[in-house]
Amino acid sequence: MKQNRKTSSGLGQLLIPLVALGILIVFNIFRDISFFSIGMRVNNAGNIVLTGNLISIIDSASELAIIAMGMTLVTAACGGQDISVGAVGAIAGAVFVKVLQGMGAITIGSVILAFVLCCLATIVFKLFNGTLVAVFKIQPMIATLILYSCARSIAYWINGDATPQLKSSIISSIGKTIPGIPVPTPIFAVILVGLLLFLIFKFTSLRLYIQSVGINQGAARLNGMNPIMIKLICFILLGVCVSVASLIGVCRLGQLNHKTLLVDIEMDAILAVAIGGNSLGGGRFKLSGSILGAYIIQMLTTTLYAMNVAPVNVKAYKAIVIIIIVVAGSPVVKNKLTALWKRLRPVPVPEGAEKEG
Amino acid sequence: MTRKVITLLIALAMVFALAACGQQAAAPAASGSADSGLIKVGIINLDPSESGYREANVKNLTDTFTKENGYDATFVTAPTADKQLEAAKGFITAQVKYILVSAAETTGWDEVLKEAKEAGIKVFLFDRMIDCDPSLYTAAVVSDMRQEGETAVAWLESLNLSEYNILHIKGQLGSAAQIGRSDPLTEKCAADAKWTIVREGTGGDSWDPNEARKIAEAAINAGETFNIVYAENDGMAGGVVEALDAAGITHGVNGDVIVMGFDCNKWALRELLAGNWNYDGQCSPFQAAVIDEMIKTLEAGGAIEGLNELNQIISVEKGFDATKITQEDIDTYGLGE
Repeated sequence: MKQNRKTSSGLGQLLIPLVALGILIVFNIFRDISFFSIGMRVNNAGNIVLTGNLISIIDSASELAIIAMGMTLVTAACGGQDISVGAVGAIAGAVFVKVLQGMGAITIGSVILAFVLCCLATIVFKLFNGTLVAVFKIQPMIATLILYSCARSIAYWINGDATPQLKSSIISSIGKTIPGIPVPTPIFAVILVGLLLFLIFKFTSLRLYIQSVGINQGAARLNGMNPIMIKLICFILLGVCVSVASLIGVCRLGQLNHKTLLVDIEMDAILAVAIGGNSLGGGRFKLSGSILGAYIIQMLTTTLYAMNVAPVNVKAYKAIVIIIIVVAGSPVVKNKLTALWKRLRPVPVPEGAEKEG
Repeated sequence: MTRKVITLLIALAMVFALAACGQQAAAPAASGSADSGLIKVGIINLDPSESGYREANVKNLTDTFTKENGYDATFVTAPTADKQLEAAKGFITAQVKYILVSAAETTGWDEVLKEAKEAGIKVFLFDRMIDCDPSLYTAAVVSDMRQEGETAVAWLESLNLSEYNILHIKGQLGSAAQIGRSDPLTEKCAADAKWTIVREGTGGDSWDPNEARKIAEAAINAGETFNIVYAENDGMAGGVVEALDAAGITHGVNGDVIVMGFDCNKWALRELLAGNWNYDGQCSPFQAAVIDEMIKTLEAGGAIEGLNELNQIISVEKGFDATKITQEDIDTYGLGE
């Protein structure tokens, strides 16, 4: 019994996403092994870049992976999701571009300053959400609906301009590749954000606090924690994640479009959290699961692209696969599978092992 | 208590949403008294965030139809046909003297235009044509989008390539710009065996560069090979180029892929000058001065001359080749910054 509990909280949570990823990989091996080929080419700017579907997957999923990490924390602490991440991302982008334009020249210093200010602005908006959720105890979905519906208009007011262009080698270094380094920069951003959160959890008790608040905030308060503060911290961290994702989004194209920047990413981020085996009702969480979820979603998209499905139709096919993954990860199916696994295990037949998947 | 707070917040959210709508479809309420001697004009345009072209177009109009220039103008920028029609009805109620329209869609305007005509309001179309009887509007100052497409295709043909494998990125479906720029290409591909459209995609209801990037990425992921990108505006061409750069595919004058765009934004022409793109087709957004002149003529009791059988005045436009473009061209013809 004791051992059983351990597996369900350890690898058990990652079982479904890992199996899903495995199936995707096996499917692609049989479909077309060249899907995995990685090449090196020199692009127009004279930079050597790594190319291939795998690189494209890891690169394109960057924004999603970063936001999914933040979303996991908010989900764990509040038992609900912030659906305004994409829209607030547009504000972040607008602030970033506005500050850069205000300073005139694009230098490393001005980019850093613009990013810091955009981070602060995003955190303010996220704290607005956080206050509604933590202090006023409004359901997260309702509380964040406000910014979901109006944040893109706010981004429009901030910027006014239509689609401002940012053409600079610094911008393309952030959004594409740094000259001399063939790996796309957004991948480093994911690692950086992941490392930041890892270090925070390693050197503080935040993880424990978040989980306690998510599981039972009454009990957490009785144990001397401040649930409001913990939730607000989660929203602040989400704000940082959103600003980084927005920075990547703006730099990728070298322009800002407040209508389409990070559009619909909130839904994919929530999905990534769910596919990663995290409970959307809060409590225990695993960041690695959400990151894995994000890459699964992108791999699915790229696989569909490779199978000549048009971008407009991808969403429908994606939905089918995601339903299967989510249902397979649901408690009902999980319990049934565990029961089946237990029933088969005492019998020493080799085929029992295959039933697990 | 909680419920009350939630209700309050939802109400707040609605107010916010309303405020957001107000931004786009500011009700054309009656403005300015008639005795001020200003000419009352209602101008219906598309959202400036649509593209660099639109930004320049909106600015051109707001700069021309000013109080100093003798106009009492109300501007509405709305991205969709229904909001535009609503705005037009509002202008008719407010009894403006002239209505200027750049229509989101080519159809569905007959009723409103008839209403306007009965109310004695003169209608000018700019930038985009409307599918209706030419008697319903006074004049249309437009670009010949089909001509733009034909110029581009003729330029492409003059390159004499052995193969034309084209990635075709269509703009906002159903808009005059999209149809005019698409048709010559699709007709050429149907007629000539050397010309193939390898993959086509669209921004759907938008001119979204990110959507264009995804289409290109999908084509590259699927292992398609193409040597021409025919994107129907600069932003979308930019999106495709981003995907090409990420995949290490060279483009431009000395590259593997020919990149074509439309609108002649300054930043796009600079890409041409740098040799990263190959072609950019002009689409002039400066119709305000022509309309201003026509209105002044009508006000002075004169008649408008130089219209064709469809009551149109066509802007003269050209296409730029990366190997021939100069900094002077960019300064003269480029839009925006």
